[in-house]
Amino acid sequence: MTAATTTPADEKPDDDRPGARTPATGDPFDQDVLPTPPGATAALLRSLLAPRKARVTVTTLLLLLQQAVVQAGPLLVAYAIDRAVPAFRAQDHGPLIAVGAGYLACALAAGGLQFAFVAAAARVSQDVLLDLRGRIFRHAQALSVDFHERYTSGRLISRSTTDVESLRELLDEGLQELVTVVLSFVYISAMLLWLDLGLGGVAMASFVPLYALVRLYQRRAGRVYRARSTAIAAVIVKFVETMNGIRPVRAFRREAVNDTDFGALNHRHERTNGDALLEMARYVTGSRLVANTAVAAIVLWGAYRVADGTLALGVLAAAVLYLRRLYDPIDRLGMFLNSYQSAAASLEKIAGLLAQAPSVPAPETPRQLPPLASEHPGREVVFDGVRFGYRTGGEVLPRFDLTVPAGQTVAVVGSTGAGKSTLAKLLARFYDPSGGRVLLDGVDLRDLAVPELRRGVVMVTQEAFLFSGTVAENIAIGRPDARREEIERAAKEIGAHDFISALPDGYDTDVRKRGGRISAGQRQLVAFARALLADPAVLILDEATSSLDIPGERAVQRAMATVLKGRTAVVIAHRLSTVEIADRVLVMEHGRIVEDGEPAELIAGTGRFADLHRAWRDSLA
Amino acid sequence: MRTLLRLWPYVRPVRARLFSAAFVAILASCVGLVIPLVLKWLVDGPVADHDPGGVWLGALFLLLLGFTEALLFGLRRWLVARPLSHVEASMRAALYRHLQRLPVAFHDRWASGQLLSRGTTDLMLLRQFLAFPLTFLLVNGVTILVGVVIMLLQDWTLGLVVLGPAVPLMVTCVIFEKRYAKVARLAQDQVGDLTTVVEESVLGIRVIKGFGRHRSQARAFRELSGTLRGTELRKARLLATIWGVIVTLPEVAIGAALVVGVAQVADGALSAGTLVAFLSTALALRWPVESIGFLLAMSQEAATATERYFEVMDEGVEDPGAAAAAPNAEDEGLRFDNVRFRYPDAPPGSAPVLDGVTLHIRPGESMALVGATGSGKTTLTALIPRLYELTSGRITLDGVDIAALSREALRTKVAVAFEEPTLFSAGVGDNVLMGTDGTAGERELERALSVAQADFVHALPQGTQTRVGEQGLSLSGGQRQRLALARAVVGQPEFLVLDDPLSALDVHTEAAVEAALRQVLADTTALIVAHRPSTVLLADRVALLSGGRITAVGTHQELLRSNAEYAHLMSGEQSGEQSGEQSGQEEGAR
Repeated sequence: MTAATTTPADEKPDDDRPGARTPATGDPFDQDVLPTPPGATAALLRSLLAPRKARVTVTTLLLLLQQAVVQAGPLLVAYAIDRAVPAFRAQDHGPLIAVGAGYLACALAAGGLQFAFVAAAARVSQDVLLDLRGRIFRHAQALSVDFHERYTSGRLISRSTTDVESLRELLDEGLQELVTVVLSFVYISAMLLWLDLGLGGVAMASFVPLYALVRLYQRRAGRVYRARSTAIAAVIVKFVETMNGIRPVRAFRREAVNDTDFGALNHRHERTNGDALLEMARYVTGSRLVANTAVAAIVLWGAYRVADGTLALGVLAAAVLYLRRLYDPIDRLGMFLNSYQSAAASLEKIAGLLAQAPSVPAPETPRQLPPLASEHPGREVVFDGVRFGYRTGGEVLPRFDLTVPAGQTVAVVGSTGAGKSTLAKLLARFYDPSGGRVLLDGVDLRDLAVPELRRGVVMVTQEAFLFSGTVAENIAIGRPDARREEIERAAKEIGAHDFISALPDGYDTDVRKRGGRISAGQRQLVAFARALLADPAVLILDEATSSLDIPGERAVQRAMATVLKGRTAVVIAHRLSTVEIADRVLVMEHGRIVEDGEPAELIAGTGRFADLHRAWRDSLA
Repeated sequence: MRTLLRLWPYVRPVRARLFSAAFVAILASCVGLVIPLVLKWLVDGPVADHDPGGVWLGALFLLLLGFTEALLFGLRRWLVARPLSHVEASMRAALYRHLQRLPVAFHDRWASGQLLSRGTTDLMLLRQFLAFPLTFLLVNGVTILVGVVIMLLQDWTLGLVVLGPAVPLMVTCVIFEKRYAKVARLAQDQVGDLTTVVEESVLGIRVIKGFGRHRSQARAFRELSGTLRGTELRKARLLATIWGVIVTLPEVAIGAALVVGVAQVADGALSAGTLVAFLSTALALRWPVESIGFLLAMSQEAATATERYFEVMDEGVEDPGAAAAAPNAEDEGLRFDNVRFRYPDAPPGSAPVLDGVTLHIRPGESMALVGATGSGKTTLTALIPRLYELTSGRITLDGVDIAALSREALRTKVAVAFEEPTLFSAGVGDNVLMGTDGTAGERELERALSVAQADFVHALPQGTQTRVGEQGLSLSGGQRQRLALARAVVGQPEFLVLDDPLSALDVHTEAAVEAALRQVLADTTALIVAHRPSTVLLADRVALLSGGRITAVGTHQELLRSNAEYAHLMSGEQSGEQSGEQSGQEEGAR
């Protein structure tokens, strides 16, 4: 949104060749239907509630008590009419006083318990949401770059906002509805049976068609809600894409076309949304019909029996009062099913996301890097028979062997699609090789835990993303515990100090707020400062100077020559100016190294690099 | 709460449905209230009189009412199902439309997460509000009123007893509403912040991964979501309190009525049937009364959502610009005339980014724009298609002030290739052709692709139909940059603005693009932001931007010789002290 935001970064190893990745129509990623293992949704819900068993129990107890107190009302009415009235006539005020006191106690208890319940339930629900949000977030962060390239940010946002929101609705309202409904059913049925077995029995019988209705609704609504969840995710994706690309949208007058496209997606959501509401309407009508028929039948039969004298008038009165209440919660059951279906659809999607195993898994038994061999901070990098290809085939690196001794600066050049970026990403462990190993001082990258890995290897890419927060915070991403002087020193060394000082609040300028506009080149400098602060053994620069002007690039090179001295560096650059500081140059072509040597040696030769270098020198003329 | 009235324009188209639904709901509730009366009549009449015929009649009547009630319930929902989805969708479409037309400066200020939470969560709240609280506040209000009247008619003393807590209840509700409003707003804003963090953590995933910072990122997220939880719990406590009050007070009143009623029945002043009916009515009112608490809460949240929605909708969109453009005075190219610019949200008193830029690019000429990192080159390019408004001065295209052109016309004349090549979720071909008004066909596409050396698209799985962008094949930075370039040249615009168009290309591709681009530039008026000599050489002349002004204009060779700052920028060598602004070349800046 701001000048500091990059486009949804969809960079992929530079790769011009076909078949690298086919967005086939059957791809679950395109349809937004990741496979959810059977039972995963329920397991997810269980695992969210299990740690809060005690609280859930207390909350349920509170609700049980509350319902018990509330349901005592009609009982007291029946008692008042059948007992208190005759007693009062006989000048015995005791029963009436008892009824009054009882009712008052019930009223107070009902209110107090309701308070306690709502507060307790909110606690459970908020804890669960906190847990779930955190899980989605952490899991998404743990998933590989490769996953993010396919899943799109919009969907991930949709998972952690609208989908979490629907679980919240279930927990906030739904759970209370369900417990209330079940309790009223059980409690009132028991009361009815206790008042009169026959009347109670008829009421019980009416549950059979109601159950069938509920099942039917559940089946139909489930389908609709799943469609709705997908539809809203599509809306969100389009929304985010437009807002993040607002400049080209405006400059190329995309507004009208976008309106149409968005309208279509929005309309699809509108349809499914309406479908969901209609399902609910059908359910409510059906269940009310059954309920009201049952009431009429029970009253008819009860009245007959009162007329026969086999049923007391007070009992009928109480039973009728209870009956109305018995069916009251049907609507609320509908509301529960509503939130349940919607939450189930969302949870299913979340479970599908959580079921994605990181394609770059954390090691089971992490290893430590060996202590540094010399006083230099660099480490040796070895590509040992590494192969890499994308899922749909098309190998980018056929078989790749390379040893970079500790402390060496290697420049990798080659045309677009030669596999340079793939090399960088394998070394940064954004991907794992499909065969072979990448070793850092003899340790396979796959055996290193993240903190250890990042002490070893850090990568600076072309797209220098800035996060909300101050410039200092953005640099401190390199090392969160860095002191202010260290941050400023890193900025100075890379030549970013001047422009940062000129910002309205210097290092404390919020990059998303007033006056915080930072140009692409400046952003790359901030990214460098980060890398400098991170102080890694191996630094990878992937087109990291593309937006810098020449003095900026020189400053970076000077910094690298001094600050990064002794570190191992892999520099990927289109500009051959970078090569001047390299100890060694690799020229890649179709995933293979075709030339390898010192810069001067290659320039003097007749190979591709000599050609490239000549072309570059000419361009400077 | 008054803000809710602002929803009217969106609700208006479906008002007939919505009002009939409310009417139907009232009807259904009234039917529900009549049922206890029938019960009373049954108990007092046929049952007491042992009249089987009357019992049948009563039960039949009960059944009829039951059916009516059920059908009315269903009818209400059916009436609003589609219209309400439509209201939500149309509000979302309006928001999207509006956001697309807000000044770019607005988007600089607003994180898309905040915008998105308005377009999703807030609108869902509004739909729910229209579906339930709005109708049911009305319905329950009427139900309570009718119920009270029925109770008063049955026995006015008992009725008054039940009415007792009405005033304290209302007072509590008003207090509650005020407090809840504040917390609800806070919570919704925090959701927006959380959305922003999620979004950034995805967009910046490479940085996070590259530095192994997912832990600290997760910590930041945890803190924010922890704050949100705190706010939500505060909200819940308020809600719990109002629930407690709303449940207790009416129950107490009913209890009192029961005691008084029983005494009256015992005295013979009241029939048992009347008492049953009365209590039945009172109990039937319990739900409408209790529900007021959460209905108010929902309304409050809806009011906040409305506020948030209109916060964005009230922002003024860019005016489309004068429709009738003045006729071309003369063919005189692109001219900046004492252009000053400071970002509209810049702190007052800060130096403007551009402070008197004067530059003339002759028709058909291409001008390179060179300047140090952060000197305002990109800002200057954004002014030409009016992505930002000038603070003062003017820019003319062939003698016509860009402010006198409609934005549509202006942006048709000017094509831009941005520094960040953004592709949209669409086919490669569509992405390129969006530079035209659908007038260009296969030929133009081919031409543009070959100029940008983007023939790689033919090797993609579905050729030019291959989807790219957020939801498609991801391309490398260099590939995207070439497509953005193709997009800029495809419409053969009169004016071309290229912002560092070759930065991500390797040397060979760059050379090939340059060769092809030269042909395009031969007869196009162009401004090219350049960082390196190779790009500068595409242009006929070079302008040096420094300290917010154009300090030198000339050919590359001229400036290399005569301007120390330029030489420094182009070679990186520290050629003496930097001369900065006063380079003695100002006469070149016409």
